[in-house]
Formats: sequence, structure tokens, C-alpha cells
Amino acid sequence: MKETNKLKLDILELLEEDARRTPELLSTMLDIPEEEVQAAVQELEQDRVIVKYATVVNESKVNDEKVTALIEVQITPERGRGFEGIAERIYRYPQVKSVFLMSGAYDLLVEVDGLSLKEVASFVSDKLSPIESVLSTKTHFILKKYKQNGIIFEEHEEDRRLMISP
Amino acid sequence: MITNRELNENSTQQPSDSEHGSMERYLSPLVRDIKPSGIRKFFDLVSASKDIITLGVGEPDFVTPWHVREACVYSLERGYTRYTSNAGMPELREAISSYLKGSFGTAYDPEKEVLVTVGGSEAIDLALRALIRPGDEVLVPEPCYISYSPITSIGGGVPIGIETFAKDNFKLTAEALENSITPKSKVLILCYPSNPTGATMTAEDWIPIAKVVEKHDLIVISDEIYAELSYGQSKHASFAAAPGMKDRTILVSGFSKAFAMTGWRMGYACGHPELISAMLKIHQYTVMCAPVMGQVAALEALTNGLGEKDKMVESYNRRRRLVVQGLRDAGLECHEPEGAFYAFPSIQSTGLTSEIFAQRLLAEGKVAAVPGDVFGLGGEGFLRCSYATSVAQLNEAMDRIGQFVYKVKREGA
Repeated sequence: MKETNKLKLDILELLEEDARRTPELLSTMLDIPEEEVQAAVQELEQDRVIVKYATVVNESKVNDEKVTALIEVQITPERGRGFEGIAERIYRYPQVKSVFLMSGAYDLLVEVDGLSLKEVASFVSDKLSPIESVLSTKTHFILKKYKQNGIIFEEHEEDRRLMISP
Repeated sequence: MITNRELNENSTQQPSDSEHGSMERYLSPLVRDIKPSGIRKFFDLVSASKDIITLGVGEPDFVTPWHVREACVYSLERGYTRYTSNAGMPELREAISSYLKGSFGTAYDPEKEVLVTVGGSEAIDLALRALIRPGDEVLVPEPCYISYSPITSIGGGVPIGIETFAKDNFKLTAEALENSITPKSKVLILCYPSNPTGATMTAEDWIPIAKVVEKHDLIVISDEIYAELSYGQSKHASFAAAPGMKDRTILVSGFSKAFAMTGWRMGYACGHPELISAMLKIHQYTVMCAPVMGQVAALEALTNGLGEKDKMVESYNRRRRLVVQGLRDAGLECHEPEGAFYAFPSIQSTGLTSEIFAQRLLAEGKVAAVPGDVFGLGGEGFLRCSYATSVAQLNEAMDRIGQFVYKVKREGA
């Protein structure tokens, strides 16, 4: 059982680097039969360990106007359900990209995408703040993303090695 | 096949009539007669080519881990800009000593048995200069890293290649060593894991070698710069840890390969206090001490960098499997390289020489790799492919090599 876990961790590591790697390639790199790799990937998908194979996009190169905000939200937990219900009411909005329950000075950290500052501002004032249990919000607009999911957007450390060396 | 011994005896050619030919009469014949390395010629060829993928690079593709670079920057800000003790910062020598003991079971006194050098290269140079008297023979298993023979010659020694073979996974055998020994034999240079073959030697492999070394009273320079990059069943076995060999061995290593620190030029030598103190004599008069910034960085690498090093090693191992499989799929025979970051496939099935194969692969297949013959005896018929390159590039390179080999074999059929 432990062996399987190591294999799964190795697979996750390699897929997190590049989700397009095929089971054949993973099998060679890990020296594990391809069927075993395939079975492990399938299990990871079924257990929703691998949730999705997504692409990391540098949005600023696609649409200059698009904005992302991180919103600190303080809420009153609901009796019996804690933060779950309110979190869901928030994360159901399609413009909400991520929601985290936090320790510290506020409760939820909400990442919101919008086509303009105004759009995000009206989401906060029309949708988020009016929710009953929301006590306060603090909106921070992201000015520039340097690194996301471990990926540096503008890499300055290109390969400077000599083409041939002893 | 011409042996190194013959080359050395015939090496009194006249200076050529170049524009600066008149200067040659000032040069020491020992230096003048050293042939330009075959790798240099190939380098010029590759530099003039476009859109190629290179498997010719003998250094890690990782940049030095950030915490190491940051430690160096911070030390500069705090004014670490002066000479250190000749042998290297005491903290660093202590760290090297306990690292070697912990990782490979070789114990050295940081006070007297450890010398920090400008790369492993300086350590090899110091060791050879400290040991060689004119005419002494220096045994070098080949194919091997290209600098041992020239450094030996500069010191007035005579390099003697010992051919190793793919059928033995390019391991050195006691028979081959024994057969190369003459009354003039003095030094044996070992480099395992091997650049360029990826060969490794286990603790069991060392036992018969150690017996021959003892029998003929040889002294050994063991270049273990690739020690951490060992992928076989057993961990790297240091020659210095072989029975009775510690005092006979000058262990050379450094930070370039395992910690991705090639440009820092940080290496070290460990050995018997009398040998280290002789090497220190040369070191203090030639370079004084290794650069302090490099020493600070090396200390950080040993103190906090072992985890990151393990990750890099794992990454090489995965790419190693990919390349060995890729080369075999491409129709080339490839022994299992268990160390360093090189595969050394045979290209004999194509009917081409190493040099022609490498030149045509560059021109027609757009892949650069180093022809095996530049690494000495036994290298002809092979190609050094470094896998210290991204998975995507390696995949593309393997496709290109496959197509090229297919084309060449069809021509020959």
C-alpha cells in the first residue's frame, strides 16, 4: 500500500509539472509498467485527487483590462453549519475563482475575476456585502502577477549554458 | 590504435608557420605539444549551427538553488569580501568533513585533511603536480573526462590510457589495470561515476582494484564529482572507503554537479595530511584561497541544500530512464548508465565513425552530442548524450535521433 502511495505522489509531481505527459512517458520516467501508471491515474481521478487538468494562463497577455481582486471577508458562522453554507453561497458565483477559509483576522479569502474594476466593485456591493452573515469586506486589486502555482510568469533565468562543455 | 604513451613519445612536432609563429619558440614544449581538445573543435561547429537541441552540455540544467544564491548575496552585503584561510573557511571544511562522513562513510579531519579548491579541476591539478616526477606514468581508465591527460603531461608525467568496454558497462577491471602497470606506474586516476560513460563502481568492484593498487604501491586520485548522481541499487561507493585505501587516495569532489554550482568553481580535495599539505603549498602560492563568496555559498548548500539536491537527483534519474529508452527505441545499443547525467550509446550499428555520426546528426538531425572518441581509448563508436536538459527537449531530441538513425541505416542497407 505504501508503494502505491509513493507511485501516486511521483505521478502527481510529474503531472503538476506538465499535465500533458502521457502514461507512456510517465511509465518510462518512473520505471513502472504503463498499466500500473494508468490504473493509478484513474484512481487519482476517481478519488478527485486529480480534480482537473487545467492551464495556467498569464491573463495580462490576453486581456489588459481584466482585473482580479482578493477580498477579505469577515462573516458570522451559522449555527450547526459553521462557514460551509456561506462559503457555498459565495463560491457558486461564476466570477468567484477561489474561496479559502483562513485563520487570522478574517474568515474567507475570495478571489474574484472581472472585466473591469467597476464590475468587481459592483459584485462586492451588490452580491457579496448584502449576504446576511457577511460582516465586512476588504477588497484588494491585484496589480501584477509575478508567480502563480509555482510558475514564474516572466522568467529571466533562461538557459545560459554553453552549447557544448566537457 | 595509438596509445597515449606513443603519442607522448612522438610529441616533438615543429611549431607551425602561423602569423605569430615566432612566439612559439618561447613556449614550454610541455604546453606547446598539448593538442587542442576534440571537444573544442566540435564546440565551434555547434556554435555555428541553428535550431538545434544540444545534448552536449556537461553541466546541470538547474540554476543554483535560490537559498544558496541568496546566502551569497547576503554575505556580500555584510562584507564577506576578504581572503579566507588558505585551506578554506574552517566552517566549510568542517561541513565538508561531516557531509562526506554522513553520505559516503569517509572520515577526514577538517583541520589537516581537507582543502577547499577552485573547482574539482584545481584539486586534480594540485594532486598531479604534488605527485608527479618527470617520467612517472599516470594510469587513466578511458573513455574519461578530457583534462586528466593534458594536466599529467604539463606536469611532466606520462598519461597511460586503460581502455574500458561497453560489455563491462565501462567498469575498470583489475586485469586491465594490472596489464597496464610498468615499473614507472605511480598514479591511478579514477572517475566514477564516469563522465562520459555514466559507469559506476560498487564497493565489491573496488576490492580487486584496491588489491592491485596495494600490490604495486600506486597512489590514487579519485575524482568523485558525480558521487551524488548515482542511480543504481547501491549508493555511491567511494574508492577512499575501500579496504586500506584511505591513505592511498586523494579524494576530489566539489559542488558543481550535485548542487548545480558549476560557475562558482567550488571543489575540494581530501586525503592524507602530508599529501594535502603538499597540495596546499601549491594552492597558496598560485590562488591563495578559493573565492570567499563561493565558499559561503558552498557552506549554505551543505547546511540547508541536501533536500533540494535530492530532488534534482530524482529528476535526473527520471530523465535518464527516458533517454536510455529513447536511444534504444531509436535503434542504438545503449548500456545502462548508472551515474552522472550521461548516456553513452554505441553508434556502431550505423557504420559511421563517432565524428562523422556527430557531425551528420548535427547537420541533418539538428541534435548536438559529443563524439565519443574525444574521451580517449574505447570512445570511438560511441556518442555522449547529456540528459541535463528539459523533458520536452529530450523527447524532441530522441525523435530526431530516431529519424536520423533510420535514415542512415537505410542508406547503408
